[in-house]
Amino acid sequence: MPFNLLVLACLCYAVLLFAIAFVAERNMQAGAARWLRSPLVYTLSLSIYCTAWTFYGAVGYAARSGLEFATIYLGPTLVFVGWWWVLRKMVRIGRRQRVTSIADMISSRYGKSNLLGVIVTLISVVAATPYIALQLQSVTLSFGVFAAAGTYGWAMPDTNATALWVAAGLALFTILFGTRNLDANEQHTGIVTAIAVEAVVKLVALLAVGIYVVWVLADGPVDIFERINASALADWQLIPSRWSGLIALSAAAVLCLPRMFQVLVVECGDERNLATASWAFPLYLAAMSVFVVPIAVVGLQMLPAGANPDLFVLTLPLSQGQGGLAMLAFLGGFSSATSMVIVASIALSTMVSNHIVMPLWLSLRPTREVTGDVRRLVLHARRFSIAGVLGLGYLYYSLSGGSAALAAIGLISFVGVAQMLPAMLGAIFWRGATRVGATAGLCIGFAIWAYTLFLPSFGPGGVYPLSMFMEGPFGIGWLRPQALFGVAGMDPLIHALFWSLSLNTAAFAIGSLVSFPTPVERVQGLAFVNVFDTERTEPLAWEAGQVETEELLKLAQRILGDEPALTFFEEAASAQGTEGYLPDPTPEFLDALERKLAGAVGAAAAHAMIAELAGRARVTVADLMRVADETAQIMEYSGRLEAQRAEMERTARQLREANEKLTQLSIQKDAFLSQISHELRTPMTSIRAFSEILMEGDVPPEVAGGQARIIHDEAIRLTRLLDDLLDLSVLENGTVQLDLRLASLNELIDRALRAAAQVRPDRVFMVWRDLPSEALFLRTDPDRLSQVFINLVSNSRKYCDAAKPELRINVKQRGARVIVDFIDNGPGIPKDKQQIIFEKFARLSDQTRAGGAGLGLAICREIMANLGGTIAYLPAQGGAAFRVTLPLRLEKHPFADAA
Amino acid sequence: MRRRSPVFLARRAYRLRRLRDAARLLPVAGAFLLLLPILWEPPEASDRNTAWDGIYLFAVWGGLIALAAWLAQGLAAGEDSDEATDAENGPDGPRRGER
Repeated sequence: MPFNLLVLACLCYAVLLFAIAFVAERNMQAGAARWLRSPLVYTLSLSIYCTAWTFYGAVGYAARSGLEFATIYLGPTLVFVGWWWVLRKMVRIGRRQRVTSIADMISSRYGKSNLLGVIVTLISVVAATPYIALQLQSVTLSFGVFAAAGTYGWAMPDTNATALWVAAGLALFTILFGTRNLDANEQHTGIVTAIAVEAVVKLVALLAVGIYVVWVLADGPVDIFERINASALADWQLIPSRWSGLIALSAAAVLCLPRMFQVLVVECGDERNLATASWAFPLYLAAMSVFVVPIAVVGLQMLPAGANPDLFVLTLPLSQGQGGLAMLAFLGGFSSATSMVIVASIALSTMVSNHIVMPLWLSLRPTREVTGDVRRLVLHARRFSIAGVLGLGYLYYSLSGGSAALAAIGLISFVGVAQMLPAMLGAIFWRGATRVGATAGLCIGFAIWAYTLFLPSFGPGGVYPLSMFMEGPFGIGWLRPQALFGVAGMDPLIHALFWSLSLNTAAFAIGSLVSFPTPVERVQGLAFVNVFDTERTEPLAWEAGQVETEELLKLAQRILGDEPALTFFEEAASAQGTEGYLPDPTPEFLDALERKLAGAVGAAAAHAMIAELAGRARVTVADLMRVADETAQIMEYSGRLEAQRAEMERTARQLREANEKLTQLSIQKDAFLSQISHELRTPMTSIRAFSEILMEGDVPPEVAGGQARIIHDEAIRLTRLLDDLLDLSVLENGTVQLDLRLASLNELIDRALRAAAQVRPDRVFMVWRDLPSEALFLRTDPDRLSQVFINLVSNSRKYCDAAKPELRINVKQRGARVIVDFIDNGPGIPKDKQQIIFEKFARLSDQTRAGGAGLGLAICREIMANLGGTIAYLPAQGGAAFRVTLPLRLEKHPFADAA
Repeated sequence: MRRRSPVFLARRAYRLRRLRDAARLLPVAGAFLLLLPILWEPPEASDRNTAWDGIYLFAVWGGLIALAAWLAQGLAAGEDSDEATDAENGPDGPRRGER
C-alpha cells in the first residue's frame, strides 16, 4: 500500500471529523438536534476509555499474559453496572455544582480550596503526559508498519517528524473546537459528536479484523477454541494479586481519569443517559475485547516469531495481502489515539486555566478592580495549555525514544490518577472528610507513586542508579523503591498500587479525623453528600448588603460578555420586583451569580472573585444551624424565617428608597419653583429695564436696535420654557397626536446628529456607529423620536467632558423591538442620581452649564411612553449610557385603549 | 375504588425500592463472580483450560450486561415517577427535597 495513500486517508478522515464537529455545533446552536444529547451519543463518547493502547495493546497484552488483558475492561464494567452507587451521585453533583473538571469538583467540595485544585491538576498533567506520548507512539508505530511492508521502495519515514505532525494536527483540531467559546457548562457538542463517530470507527475496525481472523483465517469458533488450547496462551497463569489488583485499578481509573470525568460528568447533557450507558458501555467494552484472544492466538501462529504482538491487528491482515482491511484497522487505531488526545487535552487545559492561570492572574494583577477582557484571557490560557499538554506529550515521546511495551506505560498512568480516588469518594460519601485530609492523602499518594513506579519506569540507570533498586537510597534497605518496608516479591505495579493507595487512604482518613473543617467546607460537604436530599436547601454563603451591585455587573460583563450579563441582572432584578439592571445583592442572587461565573472560570476562581467584592464569605447563623442539625422541621423553619427576614428587609429597603426619592423630589420641586421664578424673573427684569429705556426715547437708533434684540431674545427664551412645560403636560395627559409613518432609523440618527451639532459646536466629537445594523424601517412618529435622539446627543455634547469625547450608538433588534444605545465616555451619572434624572425639573450640575430648565429627559421619557417604548439609564458602561427601547411597528396610540 | 389505588402505588414503590437494592447488589455479585477464578485451581495444576476460562469470563460479562439493561429500564422509569411514589412511602423512604 503506497504511503501517500495512507497519509491521504488520514487527512480525509481528519477533514471528515472537522465537518462532523462543525455540523453538530451548528445544529446545536440552532437548537434543532435533540439526538446530539441522546443516550447513544453519550455512550459512544465514553468509549474514549479505549485508547490506542487498548486498540493495539490489548492483543499484545493477551499474547504476553493471556486473559489478564480483560481486567482493564472488567473494572469499568463493574463501575458502570453499579452506577447507582457512585456514578449517579457524581453526575448529579457535577451538574448541580456546575463542575468543570475533576480538579474543580475536589476543590469545590473541600471549601473551594485552590491549593487542592492545583495539586489535582498537577497529578493529572504528570499522569497524562506519558499516556499522550503513548498515543503518539502508537500512531507512528502503525505508520512504520505500512512503511516496512511497502513494496514501493520508499524509506521508513522519520518517526519523530510523524509524531510532531500528528501532535500539531491534534492541537489545531482541539483548539478550533474546544475553545471556541467559554460555554457556561463547559460542554463541547461538536467534539463529543466527532468522538462518538470515532467510537463507531474503532469498534467496526476491530470487529472486522476479528471476524476476518475467526472465519477466514481460521475455520470458525470451534477451530479457534482448539488453537487457543494448543497455543502458548494455554500456559497462562492467573496471578491472583495482579488479577484482583488490576480490576480494582481500572475501576478506579475510569472514575478518576480527567478525560473520563470530562465526558462522563461535564459533557453529560441529560442525567437519564446514564441509565442507558450503565449497560451499553459494558457492552461496547465486551465487543471491543471479544476478538482479542483469537487475534493474538492466530497472530502468534501465523506471523514470524519476532513480530511485535502489539501490532498484530495491523500486521495480520497485511501479511495476507488484505490492504483494505489493514487500512480500516489503521484508521481504527488512528481514531482511538486522536479521540483520547483531544478529550484529554481539553480536560487538562480547562484545569490548568481555571486552577493555575486564573488564580495567578487574580493575585498578580495590581488593582483590586477587574480590568480588561477576562474571557479572552481564559480562552488564550486554554489554547496555550492545549498546545502545552500536547507539547509535553511529544517531548516525553522523543525523550523516552518510545520503546517500552505499550501496556506498561498505560498502567503507570492509571496508578497515578487512581490517587484521586480516596479524596473523591470521601468527597461524595463522607461529610467528615476535610481539606487537610484530602491534601495530605493526595500528596502522599502522589509522592509514593512517583517514587515507587513513575521514576523507576525509566529503568535502572535512568533516574535511579542500579544500586538504588538493590540496596535502597543511602543503603537503607526498607526504602528500596520496589520493595517498600520490606515487602519484596510483589509485582512492581501491584506493589506501587498497594502502598500508594493504602498510605493515601490512611493519610486522608487521619488528616480528616484530626482537623476541623471551615464553615464553607461543611456547607459544601452537606451539599455534596446529601445531594439527593437537599434539592432546595442550597448553602447560602453570602451575606447581603456588603457589595455594590454595579461592581458585580462590571465583573460579570468581563466574564460572561455584555449582553448575557445585562440579561442575567435584568432577570434577577425583575424576579426581585425592582426595575432596571441592578438587583439587590441578596444571598440568593450572589449564589446564583457565583454559580453562573463558576460555569465559565471554575468554582474556586468565581468564589474568590465574588469574595473579593463582597468582603469575605460569611455563613449566617441559619446556615450553621442547618449544618449542626438537619432535622427537616428545623431546616424548614429556619428556611421560612430566613425567607421572611429577607422579604421584610427587601420591603424595608424599597420603602426607604421610595421615601428617599420622595424627599429628594420635594426638595427638587422647591428648588425648581425658586429656580423657575428666577428663570422667569431674569428675562423679565431685562425686558422691563430695556423697554423702560426705550420708552424714555432719546436713544440713538443703533442702540435702540440692540436693546430691542435683547428684549426679543429674552421673550423667545421665555416662550421656549413655556413651550416645554406645555409639551410635557400634553404628553403626560396622553392627548398628544402622533403622526405615525415609516421612517428610516439611519436617517433619524443622521438628523439628530446634525441638529445636535449646534450645541457647543466648538467640541469635536468622535461618533461610532454601526451603519448596517441601523438599516431598519420603523413605523413610529419620526419627529417625536428624533426629538428624543437630539436630546440625548445634545446632553452628551453638553456634559461629556472627556479630553477626546466619543459617542457610541449601538442598534440591536430583539424580535419586534428595537434597542438603541447612546454611550459616551464622560464621567457618567453617579448612582444616587440615576434614580431622579428622568424626573421633571431634575438637574445635576449647576445651571450655568445647562441651558434648559431640566425638562429634557422628562420629556424624552414621556415621548417614549407615548411611542410604546422606554428609555432607561444603563449602568456600568464606562460613561453616561442611555438605552432607548421601542417597538418596530407601532400600530396605534398605546394609550388609546386606556383613554 | 379510592382505597385501592394507594395499595397499588405502595406496592409499586416497594418494587422500585427492591429494584434499587438489586442495582446496588449487582456490582457486588459481579465482583464475586469475576474474582472466583482466583480460587479455582492451584497454580501448579497445569491442565488449566484457557479457552474455557475465557468463555466463563464472557458469560459472566454478558450476564452482567443483560441484568444491568433490565434493571436500567425499571430504574429510569421509576425515576420519572419518583415524586408520585415517594409521597406514598412515608417516613422510611429516602427524603427528597420539598418541592
